[in-house]
Amino acid sequence: MFEALTERFGDVFRRIRGRGRITEENVAEALREVRTALLEADVHVSVVKQFTDEVMKKALGAEVIKTLHPDQVLIKIVHDELVQLMGPVDPRIPYVTPGPTVILMAGLQGSGKTTTCGKLAKLIMSRGKRPLMVAADLKRPAAIDQLEVIGGQVGVPVYAERGEQNPVKVCRNGVLHARKTDRDVVILDTAGRLAIDDELMNEIHQVEQATQPHQVFLVIDAMTGQDAVNTAKRFNERLELDGLILTKFDSDTRGGAALSAKMITGKPIKFIGTGEKLEALEEFHADRMAGRILGMGDVVTLVEKAQQQFDAKEAEKLQKKMASGMTLDDFMAQMNKMKSMGSMKDIMKLIPGMSTQVDGLEVDDRELDRFEAIIQSMTPKERRNPEIIEASRRRRIAKGSGTDPKDVSGLIKSFTQVRDMMKVMSNMSMMDRLRSAAQFAKMAAGGIMPRLKGGSTMSQKRRETRKEKRQRRKKHRR
Amino acid sequence: MGLFDRFVKGLAKTRDKIARSFRSVLPFGKKIDDAVIDQLEETMLMDDMGPGTTTRLIAEVRTAYKSGEISETQEIIPFLKRRIVSYWPESDRKLIMAPSGPTVILVVGINGSGKTTSVAKLCHYLHQQGKQVILGACDTFRAAAVAQLTEWSNRLGVQIVKHQQGADPGAVAYDACDAAVARNADYLILDTAGRLHTQEHLMRELNKIQRVVEKKIPGAPHEVLLVLDATIGQNAVNQAKMFGQHVKVTGLFLAKLDGSAKGGIVIGIHDQIQVPVKFVGLGETPADIEPFDPESFVEALFSEAA
Repeated sequence: MFEALTERFGDVFRRIRGRGRITEENVAEALREVRTALLEADVHVSVVKQFTDEVMKKALGAEVIKTLHPDQVLIKIVHDELVQLMGPVDPRIPYVTPGPTVILMAGLQGSGKTTTCGKLAKLIMSRGKRPLMVAADLKRPAAIDQLEVIGGQVGVPVYAERGEQNPVKVCRNGVLHARKTDRDVVILDTAGRLAIDDELMNEIHQVEQATQPHQVFLVIDAMTGQDAVNTAKRFNERLELDGLILTKFDSDTRGGAALSAKMITGKPIKFIGTGEKLEALEEFHADRMAGRILGMGDVVTLVEKAQQQFDAKEAEKLQKKMASGMTLDDFMAQMNKMKSMGSMKDIMKLIPGMSTQVDGLEVDDRELDRFEAIIQSMTPKERRNPEIIEASRRRRIAKGSGTDPKDVSGLIKSFTQVRDMMKVMSNMSMMDRLRSAAQFAKMAAGGIMPRLKGGSTMSQKRRETRKEKRQRRKKHRR
Repeated sequence: MGLFDRFVKGLAKTRDKIARSFRSVLPFGKKIDDAVIDQLEETMLMDDMGPGTTTRLIAEVRTAYKSGEISETQEIIPFLKRRIVSYWPESDRKLIMAPSGPTVILVVGINGSGKTTSVAKLCHYLHQQGKQVILGACDTFRAAAVAQLTEWSNRLGVQIVKHQQGADPGAVAYDACDAAVARNADYLILDTAGRLHTQEHLMRELNKIQRVVEKKIPGAPHEVLLVLDATIGQNAVNQAKMFGQHVKVTGLFLAKLDGSAKGGIVIGIHDQIQVPVKFVGLGETPADIEPFDPESFVEALFSEAA
């Protein structure tokens, strides 16, 4: 999403770094680049202006010029300013007692309201609530069907009145229905409307009056251009907005809309939509986002993602295994866990210092499938102790998995590297562990994986002499 | 209502905004100076023309000023109008027709850009001209997308080829091609699922649909229309580029132009991508479609508020 912006900032600061000494003009020049980058990212002109002015002021006040690491100081200022611009963040949804808590969703056509309703319902349900969705989009053909299908997918009931033309009535009845059926959260899905369409803006205002929602969320497409400001402003004028939800953040949009909409309305960004699946709704974190912009990676998200996949017990078991040395079976189990976290590319993007490198790199997720095939072609004994695999076994495994003997030795080599690293890491603190994981990933991205892809040989080592081979075998027989 | 009137009406908001901002930026009968140009630049940026295009246009204004071609503020807008219209070459903005048999139109775009509504508009437009149109519901992914298109086909009175949700869109395209040939249709319009241009596998799926169609009907799809939401920002350029890499995009359908208070993105898009805008969507009913005409577009964009 913000990668391109990250690159630009990277360029600017690299150039400054090359110069050694920094002058006031250099700072101004860097900020001009920042300005263009932000404009290309669709940040609103007025917001850009305010942002660069503020950074300039702070940069001069902090005497960036005289510090030892001016680029770092400047990055920090830009970073802090970005955080401030997008924050403060409050991803909580305040529930009322007695319920139901009524949430009204509004937005332009095609911003992703209906899908977001489903995602939000799923999220709310996972927090122990019992949501109900109300199909109040009576404009678009089959919008009710869509919400019902989504409701079925997430297991949330949908209240709809087919044939009814008045969304105000449907919403009012929906809330009553929730009370009757003991649902404690009601999500109202309304029709998409243009902020300049007075008639429809009146209508949603009436819905608001009739249902007295506790939360009103505006759904905005993260790819929106300068117009995001107008949309956000007008909706904010007509409705009492409580928060913003930005959608389609899994695209390569630079997401300037997020910056501007927050600035203009002063309302917090609550969630961001990051994928087509109904789980893909994340809490918004300004600091993480700013970190991402500046290429600092997003370790926190990575850790959270990992936490969702690995439960504590498993982690403990894993810890023990790591210390005692893992087998290829464990390795495979880990790979499968990683696969369920998302594509390799997505995961790697979250690692500090990786985001800019990932772009040029074609990471093939099928590589993991090949690894799996290779491991499955091994005997249990070989999986426990891959050192026993010599040329003949290697040929057999390659044949069984439909790969090349070279691939087999490649896999074994990566595995031994990982295993050895794990052994070291199991004795480290959490922070050190993350750091070396990042280092390893960098190594992997630059070295092992692309090499594997080309199918070229992994082992650049010289061949063992007969004596060495004998010794190695002897060692493992013991 | 004539074509121009409809355009003017649909663009009323855009024109209001631009005419107003340009007028306020450019006081009448003043010499051009740096302050005026700065102001002009800011306005163009706000209209989503993008930093690249804006810089270029501003440079042209400066050059024209230095060469004495223009000297006063009120000359800037007519100058820009001439420049912008000249950006659109005489590329054919008419729909490409099959020499014989059905003309296949593949409609693609990101989620929520307005594909299905645009398909309905296109269908209405061709149907009005007495053409026989068949719709193919290749959006088998989004919940109720097939139902949405079916509803349109009922309202418009045209035939539709569809499968179940979750079916292979390539298979739908296959059957739709068969039906179009067998029933001797003039046009086959294929609606596809919205997909982000960054999703490699979904882009490959799109390419597969194109290949299926190619195999069934030689020369097809004759037209691949990329639907772009007019409120979108600079990312529209990326979209057009990425879609172009996977399918042969032959034209743009600029949807929701009635909502965008700017419309300047068209200038940015056309400045960077050599694909003509073929249609614009100007409202919510199927009749709200117009062939894109740069003359009227720019005219409406810059004309005084009525």
